[in-house]
Amino acid sequence: MRRSGIGMGILLALTVVLMSTTVLARSAAFKDNIYNPGQLKPVDSDLRVRVGEPAPDFTLPAITGERITLSRFRGRKNVVLSFVPAAWTPVCSDQWPGYNIVKDLFDARDAVLLGITVDNIPTLFAWTNQMGELWFPVLSDFWPHGAVADTYGVLRSDGTAERAIFIIDKDGIIRSILVGDINKRPPLDYLIKELDKLGDS
Amino acid sequence: MGHKKAGTVFYLIAVVVSLLFLEAQSFAFNTPQNGDALPDISIPVPHNEAERDYLGIKGGQFFQIPRIKAAVVIVEIFSMYCPHCQREAPEVNRLYTLIENNPGLRGKIKLIGLGTGNTTFEVEVFRKNYKVPFPLFADEDFTFHERFGEVRTPYFIGVKINSDQSHQVFYSRLGGFGGAEEFLKLVVQLSGLGKGGAQ
Repeated sequence: MRRSGIGMGILLALTVVLMSTTVLARSAAFKDNIYNPGQLKPVDSDLRVRVGEPAPDFTLPAITGERITLSRFRGRKNVVLSFVPAAWTPVCSDQWPGYNIVKDLFDARDAVLLGITVDNIPTLFAWTNQMGELWFPVLSDFWPHGAVADTYGVLRSDGTAERAIFIIDKDGIIRSILVGDINKRPPLDYLIKELDKLGDS
Repeated sequence: MGHKKAGTVFYLIAVVVSLLFLEAQSFAFNTPQNGDALPDISIPVPHNEAERDYLGIKGGQFFQIPRIKAAVVIVEIFSMYCPHCQREAPEVNRLYTLIENNPGLRGKIKLIGLGTGNTTFEVEVFRKNYKVPFPLFADEDFTFHERFGEVRTPYFIGVKINSDQSHQVFYSRLGGFGGAEEFLKLVVQLSGLGKGGAQ
């Protein structure tokens, strides 16, 4: 009887929780293909780089088939690294489409944007296709899994990346780091203000 | 007997906790449907004089949608980050132009956009990128979004405003509205504007 009471209680509680699921995917563009991971620990890693240090170099494959090396921008462009946790998740799916309409703001600040996740290329290809044609490279840090994210100290314990932004100047020096709450999208205002500071120096 | 009693007590506690949880959920806001009133939200009065003139809002710091001087208001809930909203923007602009170029509708149908989760800067980026000619408002902390039942974007709501400032929603739908001409015809028909039924 006790077991059946506990069982019924658990069943009832589960029913209530399932009934209370809220919609996190804000854009209708992805239809019902967004997986809702629920509320996650805001930050789950320890940074391994600091502002003022040289940005660790890396080479990663892009969904276009080319391989992108960070140091190739040295002396030519400021670089914004946008790590997002995972494809097909709510906040990530709304972040890069916003960046996709502000190429002019990046160009005006002599900056390029590199989007990075730890997903594999086919997954990234399918996911970003839902966003329209992106003007910036999307890089896969899938194998060795999350190696670049780990080098920067933004690989979470579950194998996803933090929602993080690194701003690197033309000398290859990290000038700004934001490891934000994974559950929230960082405002575009922040990114543009930090890029503007590069022009001030 | 003791086990039986403990099981019953546990079950009752689970029921009470679950009912309390459901009660809390019932405070979540629903998306207004046809015939409903809009949620009572206070929108900052625009600094831009042309936008204040368009809305017919004079003075004050905040306004409610039914105070807009119009017979019909189309509310677009959008986000700068939403690819669907980006794709829809030119068609929504065309809807505005069709209305403004029609002497019978100009001044009677007004459009506003609420940028869900967007900062003022982000809303301005959207406005400039797509040359949006009607007033857009930032909803940075999702306050309006929550009151509208946390809809996905883009979401369009048509509301008919009566001369006594009472109002009713006559259109409430997720996703793009298709062609601007067809949508405008639908708005005129559903709102009763074509029959002179609205203000």
